[in-house]
Amino acid sequence: MSTEQSNPNRLIGASIRRVEDPPLLTGQGCYVDDVKLPGILHVAIHRSTHPHARIVSIDTAEAAAMPGVVCVLTGDDTGDLALRAPMLTPEMNMPEHPVLARGTVHAVGAPIAAVVAESRALAEDAAAAIGVTYDSLPVVTDAEAALEDGATLAHEELGTNHCYTMKRENGDVDKAFAEADHVCRLHMKSPRLVAMSMEARGVLAYPDPIRKELTVWMSTQGPHRSRADLANSLGFPENRIHVIAPDVGGGFGSKGCVYREDVLVCHVAQKLGRPVKWMATRSEDFLTTCQGRDQAMTSELALSKDGKMLGLKVRVVANLGAYLHSATAGPPQRMLVMAPGCYQIQDVRVEIVSAFTNTVPTGPYRGAGRPEAVLNIERLADKAARDLGMDPLELRRKNYIQPEQFPYRTGVGVEYDSGDYEKSLDEALRLSDYDQLIRMRDEARERGELVGVGVSTFVEPSGGAGFESGAVRVDRTGAITVLTGSSSHGQGHETVWAQVAADLLKVPMEDVVVRHGDTIAIQQGTGTFGSRSAVMGGGALATAAERLVTKAKAVAANLMEASADDVVQVEGGFAVTGVPERTVTWRQVAGAAHAKGTPAGMDPGLHETAFFDPNREAWGFGAHVALVRIDADTGELTIEKLVLVDDIGVVLNPMVVEAQVHGGLAQGLGEALCEEMVFDEDGQPRTGTLMDYAVPRASTMPPLIIGETETPNPFNPLGVKGVGEAGTNGAPPAVANAVMDALSPLGIDHIDMPYTAPKLWRAIREARKG
Amino acid sequence: MHPASFGYEAPASLEEVFGLLRQHGEDAKLLAGGHSLLPAMKLRLTQPEVLIDLGRIPGLSGIRQDGDTLIIGALTTHTEVSASETVRNLLPGLADTASVIGDLQVRNRGTMGGSVAHADPGADLPVTLTALNASFMLTSAEGGRTVAADDFFVDFFTTALEPHEILTAIHIPLPAAPTRTSYAKLPHPASGYVVVSAAAALTLDGSGACTGARVVLGGVGGTPHRATGTETALNGQALTPEVIAAAAERAADGIDPHADSYADEEYKRHMAAVYARRAIEAAAARA
Ligand SMILES: Cc1cc2nc3c(=O)[nH]c(=O)nc-3n(C[C@H](O)[C@H](O)[C@H](O)COP(=O)(O)OP(=O)(O)OC[C@H]3O[C@@H](n4cnc5c(N)ncnc54)[C@H](O)[C@@H]3O)c2cc1C
Repeated sequence: MSTEQSNPNRLIGASIRRVEDPPLLTGQGCYVDDVKLPGILHVAIHRSTHPHARIVSIDTAEAAAMPGVVCVLTGDDTGDLALRAPMLTPEMNMPEHPVLARGTVHAVGAPIAAVVAESRALAEDAAAAIGVTYDSLPVVTDAEAALEDGATLAHEELGTNHCYTMKRENGDVDKAFAEADHVCRLHMKSPRLVAMSMEARGVLAYPDPIRKELTVWMSTQGPHRSRADLANSLGFPENRIHVIAPDVGGGFGSKGCVYREDVLVCHVAQKLGRPVKWMATRSEDFLTTCQGRDQAMTSELALSKDGKMLGLKVRVVANLGAYLHSATAGPPQRMLVMAPGCYQIQDVRVEIVSAFTNTVPTGPYRGAGRPEAVLNIERLADKAARDLGMDPLELRRKNYIQPEQFPYRTGVGVEYDSGDYEKSLDEALRLSDYDQLIRMRDEARERGELVGVGVSTFVEPSGGAGFESGAVRVDRTGAITVLTGSSSHGQGHETVWAQVAADLLKVPMEDVVVRHGDTIAIQQGTGTFGSRSAVMGGGALATAAERLVTKAKAVAANLMEASADDVVQVEGGFAVTGVPERTVTWRQVAGAAHAKGTPAGMDPGLHETAFFDPNREAWGFGAHVALVRIDADTGELTIEKLVLVDDIGVVLNPMVVEAQVHGGLAQGLGEALCEEMVFDEDGQPRTGTLMDYAVPRASTMPPLIIGETETPNPFNPLGVKGVGEAGTNGAPPAVANAVMDALSPLGIDHIDMPYTAPKLWRAIREARKG
Repeated sequence: MHPASFGYEAPASLEEVFGLLRQHGEDAKLLAGGHSLLPAMKLRLTQPEVLIDLGRIPGLSGIRQDGDTLIIGALTTHTEVSASETVRNLLPGLADTASVIGDLQVRNRGTMGGSVAHADPGADLPVTLTALNASFMLTSAEGGRTVAADDFFVDFFTTALEPHEILTAIHIPLPAAPTRTSYAKLPHPASGYVVVSAAAALTLDGSGACTGARVVLGGVGGTPHRATGTETALNGQALTPEVIAAAAERAADGIDPHADSYADEEYKRHMAAVYARRAIEAAAARA
C-alpha cells in the first residue's frame, strides 16, 4: 500500500507500527483471566447435551458436597433473572432467555446449573458431577424448514418459529420483471461460521463492598452498551456499574453484546459478596457465542437482453438460532440497505424473514450481513452474464452507478456518499494482469484443467448504528489524553488515535495517551464493530480535537497578547502569524488554561468532548479478482492469485489498514474454503471442536496483491470509510465466482460455500455422470 | 478444559515403571509427549488417576543403525525423526511422514512410541511403519517380546500392547536391495490428521522391476490397511505409469472406510486410489 505523503510531517497517513503490539507479543497483556483478586470464586456451568428437551430432574447433591464448592445454582435459584435484549421491532417474537434454564432447554449448550467454587478446576469437577435427566422434544435446525407449515417448534411456548419479517420495496418491481427479457434466479446459502476469537468470552464481577457498586471486567467490544444491558438485566442502576474492557483478544462482532453468563456472574458476585469469574472454554465458546451468517437467499434479477439490470427481488431467510441476543436480529437486515450493490437498479423488493431453531444463536460476525448481500448480488451478476452469454465485466460496467451520480440514492432508499466503481475495477484488472489470467485460464481449459477467474465488485457500509464519543484533554503539565468511546480489541486504536490526535494538535505521537474500554474513565461510548471506529470514533476525535485547538488558540492569543485570528499552530504549540519568534507551547497554554489564563467569558480548562453522528453510513467499495484451480481428482481448491483493491477513503495508517485487509481476508477465505458449523438432524453439533471445525491458517493465505484507490468521504471530518470487513465482504464472492467459472465447462451453475474438497469432488463427479 | 485431578510420577528407570504399573494397574497411564493423552484428559474423555512420565528414563530415545536394522527409541520425537540425516538417507518416506504430523509444537513434543501406542486411526506414523514392516519392542517386568506392525494394530485406538507393557523401541528392517519409500497425505482441514493417506515401500531390482511392494493406507479403517491388491499388481512389474495407475485402482478393494463430518465413505474410497497412486509415483520417482 502506498505510504507517500505530500507533507512528510503529517502523522495521518503514515505507516506507524502498532504501539500496542510489544506488550501483547511478549505476554505482558492483561486479559480478563489475568485479573486476579483476593477471595475470588470461579464458576463452571453444566450445560444441556440436548438441543431441545424438558428437564425432568437436576441432581446437584453430589456436586454441592464436593470439596471447595461454595454453592450450586439452578434455574430455581435464579428465577426470572434473564438476559434482556432490546426489541428491534415491536412485533418481534422474543423467547425467554433465562440465565439458567427454567424447565426447558432449546439448544445444546444452554446453561442448566452453575457451580461456584474456590478454583476453576474444582468447579469443573463439580459441574461434571451434576446429573440431569431429560425428556427430549423434537428438533428443528434449518431456518427454511422452520418456516414451513407444521414445522417442529424450536420454542413450543412461542407457538411459532417466526421472529420477524421486514420488507422494503421501491419502484414498480412487478412491471420491471414483466418487461424483462430474462430473469436470472439463484438460491444461495451462506454457511454458519464461528467467530473464534483467540480469547474466548470471559467475565469477572467484583461487588465493591464500600461503594456498593459493581465492577465488571468483561471481554467486550462495547463496555458502555454492556453496562446498560447489565443494568437492565440485573435491575441494578447503570451508574453503579463500572465496566472495564481490559485487553480483549478479538471479538469479530461476537462480543458486541452481553451474554447470560455475564448476568449470572454479576448476580452471583452480588449475592455472595465476593469476586466471581467465569471464563468460557473453547468448547463453551463453540456452543454459546453468537455465530455468523447462516442465511438463505432466494433471488431474482430481471434484465434486458443487452444486460441492463431492471429489477431485483431478494428473499432472505435467516437462522437466528435458539435465543435472541441484542444483536442477533441485526445482520439479516443488511440486505435491506445493500441489495442492489454498486448497480443502478431502482425497482427492488427485499423481504427478510427470520426464524428460531434449536441451534446456537447467530449474530454479527465480521461482515455481519454484508458478505451475504455482496455474495447475493455478485453471484447474480455473474450468473446473469453467463445466462446472457455476456462478459461478466461488461455486464457490471453497464450497470454501475457513475461517479457523477453521487451522492446517489439507491433502489432501497439509502444514499451512497461517493464512489468510482469502474476505477477500482480497472485498478484490480491492471494489478491482476487480467487479460493474461483469462488467456491462462483458456489454455488450461483446453488441456482439460479446472481453472477459473472470478471478480466481485462491491460496496460496503461502515459506521452507522448510533453515535461515538471522543474527547481530548490537556492537563496542567500539557499532558495530552484521548478518551474514546471506541473500544479497541485488536484494531490498533491506541496507535491510530494517538496518530490522529498528535497530527491535529501538532505534537509528537508519544506525548498522547489513549484511553478506552472503561466506563468510569470514558464519558460514553458505543464501541467497536461494523468497521465503524475510523468513521465514528475518528469523527468524534477529530471534532473534539478541532474544538480543543480552537480553545487553545484563544488561550494562546491571550498569553501572547495577540488576536486569536492571528494565532497559528506550529510544532508543539502556537505562534503569531508573521512573528515566528512569538510562540507558546502546549504546556504553557495548558498551564494558563488551568490558572485563570482563559480569555474573559471562556470556561477554564482544556477538555473538549464530541458526540459524533453523521446520521449516515460511509460506503466503501472495492474490486477483488481471484484465480483458482481445482484438482479434479480430489476436489482440492487452490487460490493461485488474489487481487484486492479497496477504496476506504482517506487512509489513516496504511500498515494498520493492510493488517485489517489481511485479517478480514483470512476470515473471508475461511468462509470460502473451509469453515462451516454443522448440526446433524438431531440438533447435535458435528463441528463443535477445532478438530472438526476448520479455521484458516497462515498457510491458507494465497499469493496476494493489494491495491487501493482513494475516494475521500465528504461526510466526516477525516474523509474515511471503514475497512475492517473489506476482506470478508469482497473476497468470498470473487472466489465463488472463480470456482463457478472453473466448473462452468461441466455445466455447474452454483455451489454454496465453503468449497471443501469432498463437496467439489462430488459436484464434479455428478456433473460428469451427467 | 481442565482435566480431572490426577497424580504424577516421574520414575528414572524401567524397573520403577514396572513397580508403579503393578501398584496402580489400569488406573495409571504412561505419559510420553502428552499430545494425545493430555487433550483427551482435558476433554475428560479419559481420567487416569496417575500419570507415569517416561521422560526421565535414559535410553528410550534416539535413532541408530544396527546392521540391517534401524532402531528408533520410543521417546524419539517427530521432529527428531524428520530431521535425522540417517532417516532422510535410508527411509525418506519415514522422514516425510514425521514432517507432516500436526504442527511444529506437536512435532517437538509428540513421540513415535506415543503415536504407535495410541493407534489413532487418523495418525500418520502407523501407516508408514506398517509399510516399512517395522516391529515393536514391548517390555514388561516379565521380559520382552517383539510384535510386527501387521499384528500390532488391532482396531481403533487398540493395539497388542498389554497394560503392563511398555513400548521401548521401533525396529525397521533395511533390505539389502534398494528400497524406495514415500508418504502421501490428505490432511483434515481442521485437525490436520489423516483423512486418507498412503505409504509405499517399493524394492526394485537392477532392471527397475518391483520385487517387493508394501502399500498401506491410512484413514480408511480402524488400523493401517495393507492394499494387498495393489501390492500384487506391482510385484514383478516395471513401474510404468500404466502399471502404477492400474495397481492404484485396486487400493480401495476390500476397504470399509468410516464417514465423518468432513468426508463420506465414497470420497474416502476414491481418495484411497488417488493417494495410493501418488505415494507409488513419489516412491518410484525417488532416485
Ligand atoms: C494439535 C495436534 C495435532 C496433531 N496432528 C497429528 C497428525 O497430523 N498426525 C498424527 O499422526 N498425529 C497428530 N497428533 C498426535 C501426535 O502425533 C501425538 O503426539 C502422538 O499421537 C502421541 O504421542 P505422544 O508422545 O504425545 O503420546 P502421549 O500423548 O503421551 O501418549 C499417547 C498414548 O500412548 C501411550 N503411550 C505413550 N508412550 C508409550 C510407550 N512408550 N509405551 C506404551 N504406551 C505409551 C500413553 O499411555 C497414551 O495412552 C496431533 C496432536 C495434536 C495435539
